[in-house]
Amino acid sequence: MGALQSLPDEPEYRDLSEKTGFSFEQIGILHKRFKQLSHNEDTLRRDDLNTIPDLSCNPIRTQIIEAFFDKRNFHQNGEGTVQEISFEEFLVVMSHFRPPALDMTEEQREIIRREKLRFLFNMHDTDNDGTITLEEYRHVVEELLSRSGALGKETAKGIADAAMLEVASISMGHMEPDEFYEGITFEHFLKILKDIEIETRMNIRFLNMDTTNLCKVNRAYPDCTSLTKYTDKLLESCLWFGFGLL
Amino acid sequence: MSVHALRKSASSSFVFVGIGLPIEASAPAYQSHGTEGSHLTNITNTKKAFPVLAVNYEHVRKPFEIALWILLALLMKLGFHLIPRLSAVVPESCLLIVVGLLVGGLIKVIGEEPPVLDSQLFFLCLLPPIILDAGYFLPIRPFTENVGTILVFAVIGTLWNAFFMGGLLYALCQIESVGLSGVDLLACLLFGSIVSAVDPVAVLAVFEEIHINELVHILVFGESLLNDAVTVVLYNLFEEFSKVGTVTVLDVFLGVVCFFVVSLGGVLVGAIYGFLAAFTSRFTSHTRVIEPLFVFLYSYMAYLSSEMFHLSGIMALIACGVVMRPYVEANISHKSYTTIKYFLKMWSSVSETLIFIFLGVSTVAGPHAWNWTFVITTVILCLVSRVLGVIGLTFIINKFRIVKLTKKDQFIVAYGGLRGAIAFSLGYLLSNSHQMRNLFLTAIITVIFFTVFVQGMTIRPLVELLAVKKKKESKPSINEEIHTEFLDHLLTGVEGVCGHYGHYHWKEKLNRFNKTYVKRWLIAGENFKEPELIAFYRKMELKQAIMMVESGQLPSVLPSTISMQNIQPRAIPRVSKKREEEIRRILRANLQNNKQKMRSRSYSRHTLFDADEEDNVSEVRLRKTKMEMERRMSHYLTVPANRESPRPGVRRVRFESDNQVFSADSFPTVHFEQPSPPSTPDAVSLEEEVPKRPSLRADIEGPRGNASDNHQGELDYQRLARCLSDPGPNKDKEDDDPFMSC
Repeated sequence: MGALQSLPDEPEYRDLSEKTGFSFEQIGILHKRFKQLSHNEDTLRRDDLNTIPDLSCNPIRTQIIEAFFDKRNFHQNGEGTVQEISFEEFLVVMSHFRPPALDMTEEQREIIRREKLRFLFNMHDTDNDGTITLEEYRHVVEELLSRSGALGKETAKGIADAAMLEVASISMGHMEPDEFYEGITFEHFLKILKDIEIETRMNIRFLNMDTTNLCKVNRAYPDCTSLTKYTDKLLESCLWFGFGLL
Repeated sequence: MSVHALRKSASSSFVFVGIGLPIEASAPAYQSHGTEGSHLTNITNTKKAFPVLAVNYEHVRKPFEIALWILLALLMKLGFHLIPRLSAVVPESCLLIVVGLLVGGLIKVIGEEPPVLDSQLFFLCLLPPIILDAGYFLPIRPFTENVGTILVFAVIGTLWNAFFMGGLLYALCQIESVGLSGVDLLACLLFGSIVSAVDPVAVLAVFEEIHINELVHILVFGESLLNDAVTVVLYNLFEEFSKVGTVTVLDVFLGVVCFFVVSLGGVLVGAIYGFLAAFTSRFTSHTRVIEPLFVFLYSYMAYLSSEMFHLSGIMALIACGVVMRPYVEANISHKSYTTIKYFLKMWSSVSETLIFIFLGVSTVAGPHAWNWTFVITTVILCLVSRVLGVIGLTFIINKFRIVKLTKKDQFIVAYGGLRGAIAFSLGYLLSNSHQMRNLFLTAIITVIFFTVFVQGMTIRPLVELLAVKKKKESKPSINEEIHTEFLDHLLTGVEGVCGHYGHYHWKEKLNRFNKTYVKRWLIAGENFKEPELIAFYRKMELKQAIMMVESGQLPSVLPSTISMQNIQPRAIPRVSKKREEEIRRILRANLQNNKQKMRSRSYSRHTLFDADEEDNVSEVRLRKTKMEMERRMSHYLTVPANRESPRPGVRRVRFESDNQVFSADSFPTVHFEQPSPPSTPDAVSLEEEVPKRPSLRADIEGPRGNASDNHQGELDYQRLARCLSDPGPNKDKEDDDPFMSC
């Protein structure tokens, strides 16, 4: 793995395609993107992802980047984090965002739902002990509100506490006053989020056409607040606007 | 309704009711003059006796009749829900049409002419409330996620329907045996365009009751709203041309241009009025009573303005409602929000009822020209073209959608394409010069009856039979909200990693633009910085508090005994009883102080004071805070046993009642159990007045700059303060952003 070819390599791609479910064209495009991000090297590092300008405005940037380097997301029953990832691992992480096929049975949907929710769970459970503790949850909410300025920290705590209370109430029902709710386990997590239909929401569009040429523009605008950046990107992205709507 | 027709009917049928009307004041004083004034009566022998009781029906005729019709409609609606089985089987719209038929028949039997649904009344008075209600409460997220699909169905679907039906009907008319060879292509196309549009009123009426899943609901409903532009353009186009008789390529091109002008123009007009309304609501903090009126009037003006320019009024209304809602809701009080909600529901309910009743009455009244073949073919073609259109379009759309539409979804979308009163009114608007007008009207009415009765009644059992996904009745959950927002950011980030600008990327850009530029102008005070999650959370808390007040006790939304102490990390050993008692006393005393400092209420006609619920809300908040503080206190304080007792006088916790911020401690008290501390402090009198908005909250912050003298005292004070305002008394604590009060 790691052949720097511009043409799709049939046997390797076939293997990846079976593993992740992407089509050959999609794998080809993602490979190009991988090479672009990693400056044509075989492996991707955190710094490479840090330089993506779109991510710099994102409040949960660190968690997203961490998720790519989290061994739990590689489907190999590993644990802990790595410093660099190969293309295969990149693809596996990306495959969490693939939409489910049209003709799936209920059990298959359930499996996909669990997989996606597992990804989310791993993002929250940073110390990998199998539960999301109050501290971890507070951290999540704080990061979400981190762009909202001063009142973020206080309210974040309150919101996280209320959310935790809700989970505890739904999952445990009744607890004695001196019992302690350790944290949200994966099963509880599934339970509270079963209504948001994650298998239809946690998807992005993977295109079959080549867009990496357009991404060169990313490099030119390091900051994310200038208006000219909007207009230029608007011009070149008209092509995707229609797709985006549908 | 045409007044002339009603006049005759009223005079004969309703005169018995008119007797109750203007009773002129009796004047006993005059009666004494009666006997001695007999010579006067000789002089003016035309003088009648002073009327004690007189009838003047003409004076109040019009409003009286209108009120009577509305009352009839509402009584009917009431009646249906009293009959237990009926409303479960038959949708309300059907029942109302039947009532209309009966009333129409009754009027005809009497010998009068039943009123017909006047198009002007329909378009200017009856339709706007329904559309505004739909637009204001449109669920934005599913709508924007599916807007492409909705537009495809609305525009291309309606065009397909119109041309398919028009074309095939023309072909039918060419057949000699039908006897309609006088009908030309343009007339048929005109008819096709009238009858092809899915009607929002009918869809709302039927779908309201079947609780189908959100995706299908928004697809059908969105389509019924957005196809108005197409209908307007096609109708005007064909009407113009059928007078002239020929169509050139230039005309078709102009028609296409007109379509864009009509739809985008309508949206623009609506958006402008929406921004105006949002901007106005920024300044209404002192005149809360008239806030709802701004919402209604600006929306109505948007509708009328766009109708004036022959733009799409429905799209203007929807755009206005959608644009103004987030900003207006951030600015107005909770009461105004409730008022708007209830008024919109009320008006739209009345309108809908009236529309269906009048549809029934008009059926009896209207001139009919029946032609079996034409009418039956129209009905069949409607169904066929709808099904073909949906299947064909879905095939194309599914190539672009992330979440594909299943066959069940497609079926419901096709089956839910109901026609309604808009088609009838448009048909009625046709000038009498069309020789086929009566035939068209009859056919339109038949189609409407068929779709509303047959499709409306059978859709519910079919939904059950096919086990189509129903709407999830879920309460707002803070976890879901957190994760929805988390997902948005996650997906935007992953799209960024992938490197293409998809749906989430643009949504994020729009949000950022909204936050930095737009909200600044349209939201009052400092609230514009507040992120959605916090706003959602506080709304939820407010609802909880109000529920608590209404039920008169502490709520258990989720019946459980879990409270904060179950989830907080294990605390330090308990404090000694004596210490606890002292601290409680301090807290109680200070809370009482706070209450006394609040301003008194005064009566004013122009301001809605925090009467009732808002009073109780703040009261409840205080109660909650008190209890929470006690609980925390017992878990958090580490006070070694040999400390001196604090002198109450030294550590005065100062309260500032206005414009202060609740400390974060009070937040997580969403779920509560019955308090069971040893001594429940109930000495605080809860009859005290409450401060005026926006300072609903009392400040129970840590003391500022009130450090006491001795070192021990300081440590104690810090600990006390810590329990009051986590994370501790920072003098430079940031409290700039006042929380939104409602």
